[in-house]
Amino acid sequence: MKQIAKTELDTLFAAITAEQKLYIPADDSAGQAQFTLWRPGLALSGRLNTARSAKDLFFPQVENLVGFRMHAGAIERVETREEPEDFVIFGVRACDCRSFSILDRVFLSEPVDTFYQMRRAHATVVTLACTRPEETCFCAAMGVDAADPAGDVTCWLEDGTLLWRANTEKGEALTEKLPMLRPCPADAADAQQARTRALMQKLPLAKLDLSAFGAGKTRALFDRPEWASLSEACLGCGTCTFVCPTCQCYDVEEFRDGSSVRRFRCWDSCMYSDFTKMSAGQPRPTQRERFRQRFLHKLVYFPENNDGVFGCVGCGRCLAKCPIHMNIVKVIKTLGVTHA
Amino acid sequence: MQGVKEKAIELLRSKSVDRVVGWKAGEFFYDLTPAVFTSVPEVEQSFVWSVFCAANLSKYLIAESRRGGKVAAFLKPCDTYSFVQLVKEHRILRENVHVVGVQCAGMCDMETIRSHGLSAVTSVAEQDGALRVETLYGARTLDRKDALGEKCRTCKSKKLAVYDELLGEQGCDEDNGRFLEVARIEAMTPEERFAFWRGELSRCIRCNACRNVCPACSCETCVFDNPDSGLRNKAAADAFEENLFHIIRAFHVASRCTDCGECTRVCPQHIPLHLLNRKFIKDINGLYGPYQAGADFDTKPPLMDFTLHDPEPSQAAVRGGGV
Repeated sequence: MKQIAKTELDTLFAAITAEQKLYIPADDSAGQAQFTLWRPGLALSGRLNTARSAKDLFFPQVENLVGFRMHAGAIERVETREEPEDFVIFGVRACDCRSFSILDRVFLSEPVDTFYQMRRAHATVVTLACTRPEETCFCAAMGVDAADPAGDVTCWLEDGTLLWRANTEKGEALTEKLPMLRPCPADAADAQQARTRALMQKLPLAKLDLSAFGAGKTRALFDRPEWASLSEACLGCGTCTFVCPTCQCYDVEEFRDGSSVRRFRCWDSCMYSDFTKMSAGQPRPTQRERFRQRFLHKLVYFPENNDGVFGCVGCGRCLAKCPIHMNIVKVIKTLGVTHA
Repeated sequence: MQGVKEKAIELLRSKSVDRVVGWKAGEFFYDLTPAVFTSVPEVEQSFVWSVFCAANLSKYLIAESRRGGKVAAFLKPCDTYSFVQLVKEHRILRENVHVVGVQCAGMCDMETIRSHGLSAVTSVAEQDGALRVETLYGARTLDRKDALGEKCRTCKSKKLAVYDELLGEQGCDEDNGRFLEVARIEAMTPEERFAFWRGELSRCIRCNACRNVCPACSCETCVFDNPDSGLRNKAAADAFEENLFHIIRAFHVASRCTDCGECTRVCPQHIPLHLLNRKFIKDINGLYGPYQAGADFDTKPPLMDFTLHDPEPSQAAVRGGGV
């Protein structure tokens, strides 16, 4: 375990930036935290979490895949891929860090998504333990320990001191380049961890019961009548999808200018009317089916294909951001009541 | 508060209506969801009228008024303008809706409360015109106006444009300086203004919440969603195209937008989208005379009408001492 005074954070960030790019949560002009490229003077946000999730750094909203252009009567392939530089993402919360392992299951299984893989390979993840969870937090129900996040390095902010623990080879390598980090007792974070864990238990959603969900529950849940009332006010916007750290669906489209083509992928939302539209038409004709797809994917289909792991980390962004306040917790509580 | 829930029960019990559109209790005290109630027990169990009923229910009536039978809807003053505008556009079938007007003192907004640095809020209670906010980390008192959403801080009117019955008193137009921010942006140099909007709109994640909640955006299929339109726009070719989505939308709703403020309320990235619409409203007021969309059933929105007194296009170019 190492430590540095909170007042010395700028020195630490400057030293990291000397080696590679650094992203930290900083307040944007509307006062919300967002992962932002660090520059001298940029202050670490005091907010619990970023409005957009940390997945953006690995799975950006829009990404070029390949290009083509007409040249001398033939179609020429244009490489649009740019090898990313090494970067550090600092201040990732435990929930978002867990989301990386969920995205890894999708993008790093065969066939491997080399765009995502490249960014993961170049990144060092420095997490920051939570001390003041929100009422919307339910990471504990998803098996996440907010007091001991994973990552290449784990940090705790305690009494004006940043505690730093390297967990992986990447984390050790980064730590070695940061001589301003001073050794400290291995149990320096214990008291804070105990406090946070006690606090997590007091949160209104701490005891969220997920027993009705998971692998093999499709038949029990698919035709439940409650889907109609749960989805009736849904606007069909993509807010929940786009702020979600685990939503991973994308569309592949092209920009064409007559002589060249740029093929890209962009985030897609199962809440949208043209999602997975096929030549035969739209497989989910109303918002009820689209809504059901989103939640069954996270709560049943994903665990079915991924060793029982839920496709949700309990970050609470959808609770805070949905324009009509419908969300995964309401779905879990409504459908969790089993029929007699 | 004002017997709103009791009215919902009465309307269903007397079978005056088949359904009631209102707000349903959530997981916490503030996360109410618009909902359709069909029975008295449902209303008794989960209907809520509180200071967190900001959602404008009018747009839901496009579908609800076409579902057969009679539907009652609780509309706040601002919501009634959207309702009237949608009736004028033949989107809501007026005869199938029983409008219960509800007077309103302004709605609180959880994102606004959080923006004051309050987190893990467990309750909000009104106390002598102030709000007592309890959190897991202690309590604080906020001025009521500091907890209001943007659309309520700059409320244009407490006068209901339509109602079949009214809970509370009919109100008057308000002057809460809703054009001050527009004037501030107008006073910028073109470069500053360009930078301001580029900065704000660059935060857009294109979730379409602003469009989907907007009562003036009621096309069955938006051109930006239609794969056959050639304009489908799930991702933008460049950063400026992203900005254009909002500018085009503002043009499309100009003179029909009632300034209900839902676009800004729902934006997850806190972009002040209402300012684009207010700029149009301010200009229309100046060029065509004061006009409030949705204030009546008879007048045509200025940009959907033609009169001999309409300003020449050249006037628009020179307004405000411009070029």
